[in-house]
Amino acid sequence: MYKTEVRGPLILGDKNYHQISTDIIAPINQPVPLWWKVAFGISNLALLFGLVAIYQTVSVGIGTWGVNNSVGWAWEIINFVWWIGIGHAGTAFSIFLLVLRQKWRTSINRAAEAMTVVAVMCAAIFPALHMGRVWLAFYIFPYPNTRGPLWVNYNSPLFWDFIAISAYLLISASFWYFGMVPDFATIRDRTTSKIKKAVYGFFAFGWVGTSREWLRFEALSYVLGGIAAVLVVSVHSIVSTDFAVSVIPGWHTTVFPPYFVVGAIFSGFAMVMTLMIIIRKMYKFQDYVTSSHLNAIAKILIFISLIMGTAYATEAFIAWYSGNRYEIFTFFYNRATGDYSIEYWTMIICNAIVPQLFWFKKIRKNLTAAFIISIIINIGMWFERYNIIITSLAKDFLPSSWVTYSPTWVEIGVFVGTLGLFGAGVLLFFKFIPMMAISELKGILKVTSYNTNDKKHISHE
Amino acid sequence: MEKKYWKSLEELNNQPPTEKGDNNTHQSGLLEIMNDEIAGKTTSRRNFLKICGYGFATAAIASSCENPVKKAIPYLNKPEEVTPGMANHYASSYFDGSEFSPIVVKVRDGRPIKIEGNDIESLTNGGTSARAQASILSLYDGEARLKTPTRDGKATSYSALDEAVVQKLTNISEAGKATALLTPPIISPSTRQLINEFIDAYPGSTHVVYEPVSYSGMLEANKMSFGKTVIPDYKFDRAEVIVSFGADFLGTWLSPAEFAAAYAKTRDLTGNQKKLSYHVQFETGLSITGSKADKRIPIKPSEEINLLRALDAALAQQGSEAPAEIQSLAHILRQNKGKSIVVSASNDVHAQLLVNHINHQLENIGQTLDFNSAFLTHQCIDAEFENLLSRIDSGEVNGLILWGVNPVYDYPDTARIVATLQKPELTVSLSSTTDETLAFMKYCSPGHHYLESWGDAEYKQGYLTLAQPAIRNIYSTRQPQDSLLKWMGKEEDYYTFLKNYWLTHILNGNEADWTTTLQKGVLLKSVSESQPSFQATDTSSIQEVPATGGYELVLYETIALGNGQYANNPWLMELPDPISKVCWDNFAAISPATASKLGAVAGGMLNIKEVDIPVLIQPGQAEDTISIAVGFGHTAMGKVANSVGKNAYPLIGVLNGSRQRYVTGITPVVSKATYALASTQMHHSMEGRPIVRETTLKEYLVSNDAGNEMHKEIEEKNITLYKEIKFEGHHWGMAIDLNKCTGCSTCVISCQAENNVPVVGKEEVMKYRIMQWMRIDRYYSGDEKNPEVVFQPLMCQHCDNAPCENVCPVSATNHSAEGLNQIAYNRCVGTKYCINNCPYKVRRFNWFRYATNNEFDYNMNSDLGRMVLNPDVTVRERGVVEKCSLCVQRIQEKKLLAKNENRLLQDGEIQPACAQGCPSGAIIFGDLADPESRISKLFKDPRNYHLLEDLHTLPSVGYLTLVKNSNEA
Repeated sequence: MYKTEVRGPLILGDKNYHQISTDIIAPINQPVPLWWKVAFGISNLALLFGLVAIYQTVSVGIGTWGVNNSVGWAWEIINFVWWIGIGHAGTAFSIFLLVLRQKWRTSINRAAEAMTVVAVMCAAIFPALHMGRVWLAFYIFPYPNTRGPLWVNYNSPLFWDFIAISAYLLISASFWYFGMVPDFATIRDRTTSKIKKAVYGFFAFGWVGTSREWLRFEALSYVLGGIAAVLVVSVHSIVSTDFAVSVIPGWHTTVFPPYFVVGAIFSGFAMVMTLMIIIRKMYKFQDYVTSSHLNAIAKILIFISLIMGTAYATEAFIAWYSGNRYEIFTFFYNRATGDYSIEYWTMIICNAIVPQLFWFKKIRKNLTAAFIISIIINIGMWFERYNIIITSLAKDFLPSSWVTYSPTWVEIGVFVGTLGLFGAGVLLFFKFIPMMAISELKGILKVTSYNTNDKKHISHE
Repeated sequence: MEKKYWKSLEELNNQPPTEKGDNNTHQSGLLEIMNDEIAGKTTSRRNFLKICGYGFATAAIASSCENPVKKAIPYLNKPEEVTPGMANHYASSYFDGSEFSPIVVKVRDGRPIKIEGNDIESLTNGGTSARAQASILSLYDGEARLKTPTRDGKATSYSALDEAVVQKLTNISEAGKATALLTPPIISPSTRQLINEFIDAYPGSTHVVYEPVSYSGMLEANKMSFGKTVIPDYKFDRAEVIVSFGADFLGTWLSPAEFAAAYAKTRDLTGNQKKLSYHVQFETGLSITGSKADKRIPIKPSEEINLLRALDAALAQQGSEAPAEIQSLAHILRQNKGKSIVVSASNDVHAQLLVNHINHQLENIGQTLDFNSAFLTHQCIDAEFENLLSRIDSGEVNGLILWGVNPVYDYPDTARIVATLQKPELTVSLSSTTDETLAFMKYCSPGHHYLESWGDAEYKQGYLTLAQPAIRNIYSTRQPQDSLLKWMGKEEDYYTFLKNYWLTHILNGNEADWTTTLQKGVLLKSVSESQPSFQATDTSSIQEVPATGGYELVLYETIALGNGQYANNPWLMELPDPISKVCWDNFAAISPATASKLGAVAGGMLNIKEVDIPVLIQPGQAEDTISIAVGFGHTAMGKVANSVGKNAYPLIGVLNGSRQRYVTGITPVVSKATYALASTQMHHSMEGRPIVRETTLKEYLVSNDAGNEMHKEIEEKNITLYKEIKFEGHHWGMAIDLNKCTGCSTCVISCQAENNVPVVGKEEVMKYRIMQWMRIDRYYSGDEKNPEVVFQPLMCQHCDNAPCENVCPVSATNHSAEGLNQIAYNRCVGTKYCINNCPYKVRRFNWFRYATNNEFDYNMNSDLGRMVLNPDVTVRERGVVEKCSLCVQRIQEKKLLAKNENRLLQDGEIQPACAQGCPSGAIIFGDLADPESRISKLFKDPRNYHLLEDLHTLPSVGYLTLVKNSNEA
């Protein structure tokens, strides 16, 4: 391998193993800061609002939303796809960067995976809630029954969706949890509080760090990683089939599976960037989340943004090239220049143009700018789903059934509630779980860190 | 032998249990067991938990196992004709004061649930109008229907009421004053006889006919021209050229259901017909008749008489000064002498005299205008009512009996009516529903709904029908005829009177014929008098109307509400107008150019004569004119009708004793107020898509598939990777002839009645959540000043490759072996994926619970209103998707019938509700698997196409292209 100083060290500040443990565990032992309390309070208020909205939806009916005879899916599915997209990053980080041997993932993957689990939980609320009769949601399980037996429709993308998301949630959560076992053991060993010892001890599964345990641990990581790698690709491809399998212009598109997966990674990485900037700032983890980490994410975002731009162009090109009048209408007269042009161009600007600012090193290095751009990307990705779902349904084949759609407070409330759930979930993660994989950080300490003893960067071997 | 297990000695010995415990003692028994259990035991943890568990279980059992007991009482002696689950059908007659239909009432378990057209010897071929279909719901209108006799608004008894009324009637008669009976047109021969007898019983009494939208001008003109105060029968099926001046004969004028059937015959291209009638429509507002016309000319109402004069003159001598348009029309008409019809809806005697002269010139009398079967449905002479009012004012008429009229609402001068109504000593209402006039009546002897009544009708000369009750009166009401008989001091009831009348005057004493007629509902008696001779009146004295400045205001009736007497019917209120697609309101329709001239915008309001009316920008509306529908703006009719829209009757007054239909010189002002109308269609252009495929007759004659060339190409390219479905048994399909469809919307209401489709209210309609399974799509094309209009009835297309079916995760919607796309409501979890993936957007979602919900306080929120529900069709729960089933319950019914009778199903035996109600026969249902069926033949017609067929959805519904005769002129 090569030795180079170009990439810079991944751990700064003259750390040793002990210090890493101390640094990362510090937030767990310290009392919660004020900003945490405020943020947690706001998140819970949002969550409460969401619960009221959910109560309204379930007790009165889907009619409390703005959906109608033509637009059967709206905010709930936009938000579902959006959250699932965000929930993509964690596993993508862990798996793809692992495969690509990117060492810088070590300080980020824990937070990214945590975010995944919370985001997928937020996403999972919507497919259940959007059902007219959520109390019969169990009909979607293929279980032996006395009704015939009556089975689910294996042809339906919604069923695939259900399987894909449950599998993804299960594997992501397991992957995340098993990765934390050694760290929980570290906390258990270091803490003086009996309660913490008991709780973390319970979650540490009796981990003592023998070489046999490490062997099993790594084997499990590989197995789960192998499964998860497939799921990362499958989950959003399958979400995209919800649309691609249909006949509706703007949905019926073969480019959707890759386009959705890339889009999901895009929004997920952007969300990781948002979160890492917050973590770095609030917990003073500059030594672990260095500007070269953020630099790397930013570069990936440029690349994905280019793919997104290509996808948008491809869609429009194919619509024109196919000569299909309905597609041409949807892409050119409805989205690009019609009633939904604001949403369409918001999507294009946020996703394909604004991230190109990352070509400038100054912007990549400027945390405020990076933070704003990462948020803009997620806004853009929300509008992408809005474009796909609302515009296609509102104006499809028969002009007689063309309608307009606007959300009600209940739909907005449910979305706000999931934002609250996400915020609260992430804040709890900050407080109770080591935000970075301690054991993995230690693994790279000797390869890429700044050390005062030899006064030089140790780069990749 | 089986072993017998026994629980007690009593059971073993077949003795009754010693203690017959009811529910309560049973529960207290449970508690006693617990007491026994506790007694004498130490409180150990084990005992505590045991008792706790027992306590919970007992509480759960006691609280949950007690379901309310609903009592169903079986017949002690079952009536012979009532079989639970089997419907009975009774022939009857529907007449609402202007429109008549011979009908068959479907009665299930003692309650009427559906109106069907009577197709036995009927001119309507089983067709009905939307109002006739919806009239069944008015039977169960527990709010608007009157329930008991009242005196000064307080309940009283019939005996007290009768005594008081008879006393007053006698007093009035003895004082030499008169009592007037004010009714809508009476087409019942026996009732006419009864009224005559009543007048004899109280000398001086008079009978006045009142109609808010009368045909008075026409009747008077016919009196002058033909010596008969009747309206001739228009034989549209014999007409090759039809010229209508403002007469919406397919929608609201005279007898639309019947005319639609006749008109459809002249627009029929199936079965190798090569001819279409040529239809020219002069009108102000856009009507469905104008939409169907081959040529439509928007005119101001004041121009009508000038045009008629010009046409009359052009017909009399060639090369007159008439405009070229009229010249060429006259030319075409002259070529079709005896095969043309010229009609006008004007209430102006002069206009009608000109029309009569034109028809006389065209030798149409006796050919297309038949006086042998003249209409008797309109009898009101406006001047007679004016005369009555002044006689009341002068005190000459001192008693007034109102029967089914509501002048306080629909007479222009409300203040005058109210003042006049308070003058007579006796005012009695015989109406069956509450209305604005009722408050000014001293007495009320409420009448039956027509489905509870006996009756007969002669709506056209020689076309006699009977009406029989389909249910016993729900409330303490009395048929008005019975009231009159009572007040005449007669003991016999109206049924006896009616039967005697028929036996004496019609059936020559033949009892058997009475039963037969009652069963069939219809009796045709040929009348063969010679046609009246035309008596020329001096039409040359009719002056040309000078052009006036300002705007002209026209009143019109809508298909849904007509003259407004059914405004409390939620089905009709929510029926989108086929042209404007607006429901739950009336509005001022103005043309786009007029709107920009006035500065009016959609969503704004116009102030016309101090009344703010919402603006609707209506393409095709004549310039500088405003059309407003009557029938809205009730104040005392019920929760559905009240304060919906504005009452337009007071906007136009009475001139020289004649009710005017239009007024000139109006100065509308754009009001600051805004108002949102509920419309079910937001986009009005087809965007060049091949949705309604149309062509002209000329092109059609060259090539049968004109306008539909792509169908063949798509069929040829039809290819699939999957195994194609083979239909072993039936394969149901439906064909809709766009040439015959008039947009009358009868199918919409018929479907709503058959399939328990809920009413959702204006707010929900505005959110695009109307529930109707059937909709009439209406598209404009061409010039916005005078657009071409096409209609397309749309319901579930029952695709054999249905996009909705493969996306349902729980297989709730699936394909039957007979080609039906069906929904198992119980299985539906409501993901709405099918709604999204339906390219036709015909699937409906139950956004709320629409039944038994105070938020949706329409017919499904009361026990009485729910009586109209069809027990064969599930009432859908909140959260499930629903849509057209092609009336699967009707298919099943007829299949079982054929099976029981051990025969094959006949083609045309099964009729879904929409097809049954369709007056023009545009909807044909049948078995595609049978190559000889009508539908199979229609599917092979070169005009047949499937909507969005390029999507390869393989619909089982076909449309026949629209062919207009527009290039013949």
